[in-house]
Amino acid sequence: MWKFIIKNTLRMLLLLWVVSVVTFAMVEISPIDAVSAYVGEYAVTEQQQQKIAEYWGLNESPVVRYCKWAKNVLHGDMGVSMIYRKNVMEVIGERFGLSIVLMGCAWVLSGLIGLFLGIVAATYQGRLADKAIKVYCLLLESSPSFWIGMLLLIVFSVRLRLFPMGLASPIGMSVSEATLGQRLSHLALPVLTLSFTGISKITLQTREKMIQVLESDYALFAKARGESVWGFVFRHGLRNVLLPFIILHFGSVSELFGGSVLAETVFTYPGLGNATVQSALKGDVPLFLGITLFSTIFVFCGNLAANVLVAVANPQIREGGNRGKRSKKNEKVTA
Amino acid sequence: MNQKKTLLEVRDLAVSFRMYETGLRQRNLQVIKKLSVSLHEGEVVAVVGASGSGKSVLAHAVLGILPSNAIISGEIRYQGELVTDELRRNKLGTEIVMIPQSVTYLDPLMKVGRQVRGTKGTKEQQEKAFERYHLKKEVAKAYPFQLSGGMTRRVLVTTAVISGAKLILADEPTPGLGEEDALETMKNFRELADAGAGVLMITHDVDVALQAADTIVVFRDGMTIDQCTKEQFLAGKEALHHPYTRALWAALPQNGFTVPASEEEWRG
Repeated sequence: MWKFIIKNTLRMLLLLWVVSVVTFAMVEISPIDAVSAYVGEYAVTEQQQQKIAEYWGLNESPVVRYCKWAKNVLHGDMGVSMIYRKNVMEVIGERFGLSIVLMGCAWVLSGLIGLFLGIVAATYQGRLADKAIKVYCLLLESSPSFWIGMLLLIVFSVRLRLFPMGLASPIGMSVSEATLGQRLSHLALPVLTLSFTGISKITLQTREKMIQVLESDYALFAKARGESVWGFVFRHGLRNVLLPFIILHFGSVSELFGGSVLAETVFTYPGLGNATVQSALKGDVPLFLGITLFSTIFVFCGNLAANVLVAVANPQIREGGNRGKRSKKNEKVTA
Repeated sequence: MNQKKTLLEVRDLAVSFRMYETGLRQRNLQVIKKLSVSLHEGEVVAVVGASGSGKSVLAHAVLGILPSNAIISGEIRYQGELVTDELRRNKLGTEIVMIPQSVTYLDPLMKVGRQVRGTKGTKEQQEKAFERYHLKKEVAKAYPFQLSGGMTRRVLVTTAVISGAKLILADEPTPGLGEEDALETMKNFRELADAGAGVLMITHDVDVALQAADTIVVFRDGMTIDQCTKEQFLAGKEALHHPYTRALWAALPQNGFTVPASEEEWRG
């Protein structure tokens, strides 16, 4: 147990270090100049620009700057965001609060819909329902999520006026002031858009696994014992498709994060994905690095959760893992 | 034996599978051409034939679990009644049961006890059956992958007996078992038959089957070509009519392992 925790902590630290170096290097070679991105349209003299650069410490070599930044991070100081003029941790905290609601809803929704569609398609394999679901999945898989987002905007908010165009709360109102209903109506379209990215993969994967289960010997045996198809699906099918589902769905957290950047941009939803785009475009290195590290931890935890959950849920791993303990019990059973 | 009630009567069963070759050309693959067999209460019938000769299809046809591309003709009667989907709905899993051949017929992620109970059995029935087959109570809480070969065999048998089945179809019950386990399985079948059930055993192992069977039905090339009693078979070559059955007899280890020199000898 301790070995597992230490191993994974070391692994994560190593990953964070590599990611931070690569991100820093990429920001460094990117053509965006932080100072000119910051001053934008304002008429600023060369001298003033020099002063800003000096103030931000941009005149030092990249290696020195990285080391300084890393030292501060190790002391718990992620620096100050240049565009929001706030502590990086504070910005991430605020933004993540909004994003996690969006991603969480989309994640749960795509999981449930995907699982349901996959099971239905497999159970009616080769029939109309199966074909319809497959076509739907292929369409979904081949359309980019930002395009789906725009389509939803055109239909539901421009034409039908059912949902707002963007933001997380009505204009002129902060999120904390908005009512639950208002917040939900602002969430609906982004959640739907984001969930679409996951559905088809989960549906097709679940369908494939379920077909395997339905063609298994134990499915034949269940049928020979007079169990109905849907009875079998609920009794044996679900538990057998659940393991691959957990791996896939927890492993898809990274795609969810990537998808949220697009979805939040389309719907101007003020979450972490939006902040990522802003910080990158405006050369806000501290914030950008902060978000990158944060998302790395987030995705790492998602994958770790998948591994742990599968080990807990699968009896072959759970009870096969501690052979020493079990062999004693086994002797008793066979005797 | 004859005055006992007939449990299962299969007459002129033929099964073929519709297959698609390149493009849309259809081909029917005939697996069973003409199969007739009958089974009475208290009787063990062994359908013997080479591996891959389509014997299992017989059991699947009775149970109605053939794939959807199967074409079936002929008559299957259970206690004189034509076997229909309606009848299967009522009797499968309770009166008509199948004993599968290996651990793959168990759900790998469900505890054994719950699987033995199935959807129709109770906990008491399961515990009683476990006791009868010398399975410890803990086995009910084990997963299939934790069972030894012999235990798996007994667990599979218990799935059939918990509900007091009348017609038991056993599909290749012995492959992969050691001699001891195989003989024990035969003993179990004999006991079930002596208690009034009818056991139809599908096997390629004549030697083991003889331990329990009353009647041997020889299946070859999609047809039942011969039928004889255990006594006839044990009596030896002279008591057997069909050349193939004689060849089967001669091929047994205790009868000298003789394999006919040419096909003509047993073609008949």
